[in-house]
Amino acid sequence: MAWLIALLQTLLFIALAPLLAGWLKCCKCRLQNRRAPSLLQPYRDLRKLSHKQPVVARQASWIFTITPYIVFSATVLAASVVPLIAVDLPTAAIADVIVMVGFFALARFFQALAGMDIGTAFGGMGSSREMTIASLAEPAMLMAIFTLAMSASTTNLSVAIDHVLAGGFVLRPSYVFALLGLMLVAIAETGRIPVDNPATHLELTMIHEAMILEYSGRHLALIEWASQIKLMLYGVLIANIFFPWGIAETYSLEALGSGLLAITGKLALLAVLLALSETLLAKMRLFRVQEFLGFAYLLSLLGMLSHIILEVID
Amino acid sequence: MDIAQTSFYHQAILTLAALVVLASFVMLGQGRLLRIVFVLALQGALLALATALAAFSTDNPHFYISSAITMVLKVILIPIMLRRLVIRMNIHREVEELTNRTSILLGGASLVIFSYYVMLPIVHTSHMVTLNAIAVSLAVVLLGMLMMISHRNAVAHVAGFMSIENGLFFAAIVSTSGMPMVVELGIAFDVLVAAVLFGVFFFHIHSSIDSLDVDRLNRLNEVEK
Amino acid sequence: MALFLAYCSVVTAVMSGVLALASGQRSGLQRITAALLNAKATHLAERFPKLPGYAEFIFTKERYPSLLRQAVFVLLGTCGVFAVLGGIAIMAADGAVIDQLSYGLPWLSWHVRFDSLSGFFHCVIGIAVIAVALYGPGYVNEFEESKHPFSVLGLFTGLFVAGMLLVPLADDAFFFVIAWELMSVASYFLVTWQHERSANRRAGFIYLLMAEVGAIALILAFGVLAGFSGGLTFAAMRSAELTPLWASIAFSLALLGYGMKAGLVPIHVWLPEAHPVAPSHISALMSGVMLKVAVYGFIRFAFDLLGDMQWQWGLAVLILGTASAVLGVLYAIMQHNLKRLLAYHSVENIGIIFMGLGLSMIFASSGHPKLAVLGLLAALFHTLNHALFKSLLFLGAGAILHQTHEADIERMGGLIHRMPKTAALFLIGCVAISALPLFNGFVSEWLTFQAALQAGVLESGVLRSLVPITAAVLALTGALAAACFVKVYGVVFLGAPRSSKVSHAHEVRSRGMLAGPALLAALCFLFGIFPTPVINGLNSVAGNLLNATLPSVSAMGWLWLTPVSSDVASYSAPLVLLAALLVGTLVSWVLHRVKETANRRADLWECGFGGVTPRMQYTSSAFSMPLRRIFKTVWEVDETIVREPAGAKGQRTAVVRYQLHIGDHAWRFIYHPIAHAVTTAARHIGKIQTGNIRVYLGYSFFTLLFLLWVIS
Repeated sequence: MAWLIALLQTLLFIALAPLLAGWLKCCKCRLQNRRAPSLLQPYRDLRKLSHKQPVVARQASWIFTITPYIVFSATVLAASVVPLIAVDLPTAAIADVIVMVGFFALARFFQALAGMDIGTAFGGMGSSREMTIASLAEPAMLMAIFTLAMSASTTNLSVAIDHVLAGGFVLRPSYVFALLGLMLVAIAETGRIPVDNPATHLELTMIHEAMILEYSGRHLALIEWASQIKLMLYGVLIANIFFPWGIAETYSLEALGSGLLAITGKLALLAVLLALSETLLAKMRLFRVQEFLGFAYLLSLLGMLSHIILEVID
Repeated sequence: MDIAQTSFYHQAILTLAALVVLASFVMLGQGRLLRIVFVLALQGALLALATALAAFSTDNPHFYISSAITMVLKVILIPIMLRRLVIRMNIHREVEELTNRTSILLGGASLVIFSYYVMLPIVHTSHMVTLNAIAVSLAVVLLGMLMMISHRNAVAHVAGFMSIENGLFFAAIVSTSGMPMVVELGIAFDVLVAAVLFGVFFFHIHSSIDSLDVDRLNRLNEVEK
Repeated sequence: MALFLAYCSVVTAVMSGVLALASGQRSGLQRITAALLNAKATHLAERFPKLPGYAEFIFTKERYPSLLRQAVFVLLGTCGVFAVLGGIAIMAADGAVIDQLSYGLPWLSWHVRFDSLSGFFHCVIGIAVIAVALYGPGYVNEFEESKHPFSVLGLFTGLFVAGMLLVPLADDAFFFVIAWELMSVASYFLVTWQHERSANRRAGFIYLLMAEVGAIALILAFGVLAGFSGGLTFAAMRSAELTPLWASIAFSLALLGYGMKAGLVPIHVWLPEAHPVAPSHISALMSGVMLKVAVYGFIRFAFDLLGDMQWQWGLAVLILGTASAVLGVLYAIMQHNLKRLLAYHSVENIGIIFMGLGLSMIFASSGHPKLAVLGLLAALFHTLNHALFKSLLFLGAGAILHQTHEADIERMGGLIHRMPKTAALFLIGCVAISALPLFNGFVSEWLTFQAALQAGVLESGVLRSLVPITAAVLALTGALAAACFVKVYGVVFLGAPRSSKVSHAHEVRSRGMLAGPALLAALCFLFGIFPTPVINGLNSVAGNLLNATLPSVSAMGWLWLTPVSSDVASYSAPLVLLAALLVGTLVSWVLHRVKETANRRADLWECGFGGVTPRMQYTSSAFSMPLRRIFKTVWEVDETIVREPAGAKGQRTAVVRYQLHIGDHAWRFIYHPIAHAVTTAARHIGKIQTGNIRVYLGYSFFTLLFLLWVIS
């Protein structure tokens, strides 16, 4: 039964990710005084792309053609270990949160290789910048995870969220810092403003787009979908770890239903906040990203230190 | 004992303590003067809120008066004075380029660990729940001094000085049942006088060397090289 | 039985070395064999009529060198097989076998002890030696016999492997140091085998110098222990009672000695000089295995001989390990010589191993033996993994060097089309070393993180805050390593060739040169998917050292890895692989149902610009430029850009020349001052050599007076 719910949850994850992307676009358009496309437009885009013939450069190797599948699979695997509507997830025991970070690293490794495969300057540029930003984001992400793991004494996401739920509403300084740090890292890892502009194609400003510039057809569909799932994944992490109230603790139908409603509401709110920040802030130049991520690391470090200094009272 | 088992007010005070340290760090890494003044005001507001909460939870009405004084002085009066000063001297568009900002911030983090290590014996002496925050307040003092060392602009020096005083004030709240009223009023007025004197000095320095960069004060020595 | 296998492995290694000496003696051996066959003509020629035919076959001029080389490497391979079997046997038996050989000094025979820790390291050495033995025959064929005689290479390879196998067997200080020196000196000869190159000579000198300084530190460390125990045997040293001060002195000396051989920062400077210049299969052995023998020595000294550990030692080892890890990877990113880059990555991985050891020591000295076992497990597993993937990468680099005669990655490119099998194997090595899931590097990093996460049980608050910081630095290291290997693989194999030599390269023809790396790659994958049996084995190894084992490592069965308990953390690699394959096949099946959407090959789009040349691709220095700017204080960067203007007013640039040199700070701040101090001291002392005979007679005279006075 639990495995069925886990499978259902993963499918729901994959299915809802384009909807979140559509809602985000809708919020941004409204804020910028433009008319928004329909909420279901990302689905139509994915469908159109998957019916088109992919054009692959002659000098590309098998790495170029296999990467979209690896990226998509790794992202789906990462999505399967994060509790979306129910806390008790047997898949969370297969891979804990460090393995989830490892899945992202695997996807990014192959994405960067594919960027270099075609032998263009854009691809190399995107790969180089992406790997640099990822290296700087890793310590911050890990430190935030550590803070959580130290207070919940586990790296298994189900058990950690259970622990937070069981404590009731506790105001912990370490969680405040870890939340802020994780939000900054999420912006960097998913490639949103102010780190990277997902809607640009100017060579000086592209990072993620530069790596996938040569992709087309179903390959592009898989990669776009994977980045939408990644955005939703970070949103779910932030929402369900720090504000888990509403998530289903049993498998009854009403608990699952209210869990679904809760996560939809939380994700919608997070999307509005993201759209606000994307509209108000400008993209940073590349060599300011290290200060941004250094600040994220500092926040997570302060979170860990507040846990040790302030929260263990004897 | 874990924080989850204390009352909500204690949790809130400890969270505010952490946010005060965060404000110190933000000031440390900031290059623009108006933002430094704004964060200083924010730090003062957090302090006032923490005092009010402490007054509520420990049932000490005398803290309410401290909170009110802090609010008036540190959130309203002094920041407004500093802001007016900065705009009148037309330096609000200068941005101070901090070299190796990341190492300063990480050095600040090690100062936090160091102050925790230093305060460990004291934390064990009392049973007050909020005594853990005394390590944090020492950290705020040390970060204020680090800010005075690392920034070149004189307004940033004042902000560092003010945050040292904030740290000491916070230590008094969390570790004792409050300073005597006379001492508190005295300190508050001393801080106010210091701010006024700083303002006077800023005008002097600015008119003589036409900038507020304290590194240029080196050139005031009269010995011919 | 296990000890017999271990002895067999040492003996076969020596035999392979001795057999290699026969490589230049074809005609002499042919004459001797013919004489033997003819002298006892009545017996041998009749009993074995085919023997003269075989002898003629072997000693023909064309076949003799390659047959001899194959024989030498076959012996080396059997040596490896014996080592692996012996190691597995002793680990399964879970005991210790003691022996005494009557070589050595008259009053001190050589003591031998083969326990599970030695057995584990024999396994590690054996696997790498098997892979190198498969790879060797194809690789050494390209060296000219006259300039680089195979006899020297083969002899010293055999002695080198024998030395490495003897070190874990040693049970007294004398035997240990002899085996250690055998290992060091044999590898010196291997490093300087191509001595006509000045880089080899310089590297050999630095290597030998630092190896000997390290050996002196080791001997002093053993001397301290021997002074307190009154004997040189390890058994006596284990029971010695040391004061804390002297224990710390012995520990620091041992850390210096073993750290120098293992390659900890700042005493790592010989590694990036020596490993690139040696032949590639020797680099694989040095980097993959010799560094592990140093780790073995350190574990034996600190965990076994010293016993009672202090937390300051653990903290020092943790900090040194962290520094080595992050500095190693930062230096590696800036290199464009492939083998030098891999050598710096060895520094990084040794740092990770020492981080695990440091965590283990901290936990052991704070009274948490089970968590100490976790740290030691992570370190030992990473030792095995690093031996596997580093050897794989070096052998792959050797294949590239063999086929393209090019060592600089800035001139390579597009080799995935020319050398597809090597490219696939190298990719597995890159994925494994970047600690990505489904391969073995990830499991050992995961275990190290889990060990660091348990820091909450320590009482000291300062330690509790430092350990997560080192774990964050480890995360940074892992991400930087992944960035570096994206660069390496992307610049070497992907894209378009950047020089004509590389555009005409061919795949390696020798099957052995593919079989060796393929074996290692298969093991990398296997240990990544099924880590639990290996962890169980290591659990008992660590148990013998620390007198505690992790109770619930495989509590949920062989599919799951639960180091502390299933609530705290669990990882099931086979299920992850299954899920990944499931998702991958499902997605590709769903998407390939529409038949018109087969891939169409066309020209490169490149935003419609066209006219793309291979020179427009990202180079290695370009790829690492953002990191170079961000971390610029770590290196000594010497960058010169020269623009030649052209045109009427010089507003056009005709030529741009760019030069980049990256130096190691350790040279300028540590080694050059030391060298300067030594030469200054030597110059001052040299003043006693005046050259005047009367002065020398005066020296003898005054010494005689002094001694007479002393006697009276």
